[in-house]
Amino acid sequence: MEMNAQEEALVKHLADMEEDEALEIAKRMLLEEGADPLRVLELCRTAMDVVGKRFEEGEYFLPELVLAGEMLDTIGAIAKPLIKQEEGGAAKKLGKVLIGTVHGDLHDIGKNIVTFMLDINGFEVKDIGVDVPVATFIDEIKAYEPDVVGLSGFLTLAFDSMKETIAAFDAAGMRNDFKIMIGGGQIDETVRAYTGADAFGVNAVEAVALCKSWTGAAA
Amino acid sequence: MTIHDLPQGETKLAYDARRQRILDCIALKQPDRMPVALYGTFWLAKYGGITCKELMYDYEKTAAVAARAVEEFEPDAIAPFVQVTAAGKSLEAIGFKQLQWPGHGVGDNQPFQYLDREYMKADEYDDFLFDPTGYYLRTYLPRVASAFEGFEDLPIFPGLHYFRLVAGIRPFAKPSVRAALEKVIAAAEEVDRFVGHSIAFNEDMARKGYPLINGAIAVSPYDFIADYFRGATGMMKDLFRHKDKLLALLDKASEFLTRQTIATAKLSGQEIVMIPIHWAPDAFMSGKQFETFWWPPFRKMMMGMIEAGLVPMPLWEADCTKRLEIIRDIPAGKCIYWFERTDMVKAFEVLGDVVALRGNLSPSLMTTGKPEEVDAAVKHLVDNVWAKGGKLILDGAFGLPDETPIENVRAMFDAARRYAG
Repeated sequence: MEMNAQEEALVKHLADMEEDEALEIAKRMLLEEGADPLRVLELCRTAMDVVGKRFEEGEYFLPELVLAGEMLDTIGAIAKPLIKQEEGGAAKKLGKVLIGTVHGDLHDIGKNIVTFMLDINGFEVKDIGVDVPVATFIDEIKAYEPDVVGLSGFLTLAFDSMKETIAAFDAAGMRNDFKIMIGGGQIDETVRAYTGADAFGVNAVEAVALCKSWTGAAA
Repeated sequence: MTIHDLPQGETKLAYDARRQRILDCIALKQPDRMPVALYGTFWLAKYGGITCKELMYDYEKTAAVAARAVEEFEPDAIAPFVQVTAAGKSLEAIGFKQLQWPGHGVGDNQPFQYLDREYMKADEYDDFLFDPTGYYLRTYLPRVASAFEGFEDLPIFPGLHYFRLVAGIRPFAKPSVRAALEKVIAAAEEVDRFVGHSIAFNEDMARKGYPLINGAIAVSPYDFIADYFRGATGMMKDLFRHKDKLLALLDKASEFLTRQTIATAKLSGQEIVMIPIHWAPDAFMSGKQFETFWWPPFRKMMMGMIEAGLVPMPLWEADCTKRLEIIRDIPAGKCIYWFERTDMVKAFEVLGDVVALRGNLSPSLMTTGKPEEVDAAVKHLVDNVWAKGGKLILDGAFGLPDETPIENVRAMFDAARRYAG
């Protein structure tokens, strides 16, 4: 992407976690200089690509993802009201992912990070929260028709909750309509086999790679 | 009198032999056999056929179930089972808001779960740093436990003097403060009963020959602020937005946590201090962040504890492989490092000449595996850690997962005796 000096500075500050400097430029562009809000959001996405790459390469960790998400939200909140309707046309998404923490478990930090990473990698993600009953998963899947369903859980009780949830997908005749990935503190291959999920991931990068491989997007 | 003085005769010999195995491991000496610890929380409910709620609310039932488990498996060291489970009535009395527990936010047969929230706001660092006690009384306590609601109206103590001091206590006459004090006293009476039951259980076990291995508990400075004050995402943002204030608070917390840990451990006569570690894992921060924020205040705290004659037993949750070289920097023969998902063989290779090790049969194996698989996993640890000189205290990754079938626990103990004494 061709960028002028100010645009380059915005991308660099965002990617380098320099929040104050990044927000100052973004606000100046949007509120004083009348920059195209879609252009600013595109620059943000470019910066998030850098953040995602640094995360994959082991330079960045959860704190950087959290701050990046926060900066993106702040700029998005300023930019989005400035977008004129006819300019719209949402960018084409790689696929749809429905994600939630299984019933009995209230943990959400890992799930939120996975949601964020999928989002900045071009997936449309619906996060249906924590302690999600089996029936809610089924209703949400029917309505949303995802390509991938992500089941999250931190506690060991989640092993059985995941197994029950997946068994219910089977019983509802929808098991082959989407891929299932599981993740969370104690999840490993033993748990994957126990629950009947298609795959598990130990971090958000693996979740993105799984979704890309399943939706045919270049990994 | 500490509970160590209690056992008599035959059971005293058994008690001393078990305790000596743990002490030998800590001192990096060879014990007569590989010790096995019994630790669990809601696993006891499964074992005893009672609900999680009963485990949290019924002191007698909990003590009876825990005693039965201890006597069935004859571990070398045990958890203070009543203390780690039966807090229900106390939590209710104090109106504790940071947890949901069976019958109080989660189902009767579900474990308690911590609520990750922002309990301290980002702009409150200065208040906390300037006067931690004042911040606790007037801000933090009412936020985390409803019994303290009303403490917001307490006077600001620093500065009270002479006649100003006399007039300054007037807020104690306020209805809000009186009501809070009454609730806190009532809660403290319940906590007193709870602790009484816990001590009685620990003493009963000691009389039967079973020493405690985690009688005292503490927290690392970083986890203290991240988990109980700023919340996970708040803390992660503070690494960038409030770096200097966070470092100052970590340093201060290191000091007051050390003092408090030493005082409470001495009072209970328990020298081994369990410190569950949440925020050290490889995936949670960079090496640089770990060495800037996490490790220095914790190392300082461990050194203070060691100087006071205590044995820090951090439980390094998740995978901490990348931290092993850094956390090696501690005097040899003074600590137990308990690992959850870090490969124990790797941990032994890096740390075997510095600390005793504890753990770490995987939760998925213990809950979904077969007894012969548990047996093989124990043999793997014996062959690759214990037999090579590692001072290993065998246990689950974080004790026994709640859902562990009894036959897998039996397999763990049998295999330990079969392969390592």
